Amino acid sequence: MYSVMLLKFFLTCNKIGAFTLGGGYAMIPIMEREYVDKNHWLDREEFMDIMVVAQTTPGIFSIDMASHIGYKLRGVWGGIVGALGIALPSIVAILLIAIFFHNFKDNVLVEKFFRGVRPAVVALIAAPCFKMARTAHITWSTCWIPLVSCLLIAAFSVSPIWIIIVAGLGGYLYGRVRDRKQQQQNK
Amino acid sequence: MLFLKLFYVFSKIGIFNFGGGYAMLSLIYSETVVKNHWLTNAEFTDIVAISQSTPGPIGINTATYVGYTSVVNAGYPVWAAVLGSVLASLSIMWLSFILMISISHYLLTHKDAPWVKNVFAALRPAIIGLIAAAALLLMNKENFGSPADSIPYFVLSIGLCVAVFVATLRFKVNPILALLVCGIVGLIVY
Repeated sequence: MYSVMLLKFFLTCNKIGAFTLGGGYAMIPIMEREYVDKNHWLDREEFMDIMVVAQTTPGIFSIDMASHIGYKLRGVWGGIVGALGIALPSIVAILLIAIFFHNFKDNVLVEKFFRGVRPAVVALIAAPCFKMARTAHITWSTCWIPLVSCLLIAAFSVSPIWIIIVAGLGGYLYGRVRDRKQQQQNK
Repeated sequence: MLFLKLFYVFSKIGIFNFGGGYAMLSLIYSETVVKNHWLTNAEFTDIVAISQSTPGPIGINTATYVGYTSVVNAGYPVWAAVLGSVLASLSIMWLSFILMISISHYLLTHKDAPWVKNVFAALRPAIIGLIAAAALLLMNKENFGSPADSIPYFVLSIGLCVAVFVATLRFKVNPILALLVCGIVGLIVY
């Protein structure tokens, strides 16, 4: 049982690593489908929380996600299985190209394939925003947070790191003020 | 000596990488081409092109390729180059892995702490804006072509994007399948 689950986790990570086309964000729908919907290794809220952590910390997004889930499942070894599971397909693919296919990048078919894939990648990044709005319990009083964050990054080139720091601090302070008010009312 | 240096340089790249794979590329460029002369400018451009058209996180792809190429360029045999590529890939991962596991441990043991709940209640809406911004910024010429070059191909790009958006969100089509179908459409049409 123990090893069966780790093996399944490893293979799932292989699948995600092998289909990471166009950066980690495009993999969010695939990760959500595999980790949350199919295998129930974590719920949607925890998935979002880990996305925030993976985005804030240095390192590769999909590997950070896999490390956390692996750690949750089976401790440090689980985390290692997840990280290596994501990395393995790309190491193998790149080595094959480096050793055997020096002219891979000049291949017309590869270029054509990726011309079709690139617009789809953008759609896969945009789509989860709508699904996540439900998970994050966005209401009329909080919908300005994603809108302002998006505007600051896309139009004013503010670094996402600052958005996360300010939002985290804001949440912390807001929570403290709210709790203090409640305590006063209870007295 | 080269191996030690690979380990050092890629550990450094791994821990100073904030903001995704593309931000990492400029760091990799300055370390491998400018400072250490492991690669020529042309080789670096090749690596970027290959990393973008192969699956896998771009950081791992470039680390593997740089590890391999730098060892071969230094005159070592292929098996040593394979070792070099694995070493570079693991080096880029290990420091951020330790950091991530530490945070995971803390979060899993403190997930009911009030301050953790408050912080994440605000972070969840923010990350939606962050990802939406990433999608907006990618709606560019590199990904969609330009109407100035070819109107039909530009329209097709937008069509593929909208189709995948609706298919995955509304009809719960497997995203992997959607990517493959779009790739095949690209093969046939372009």
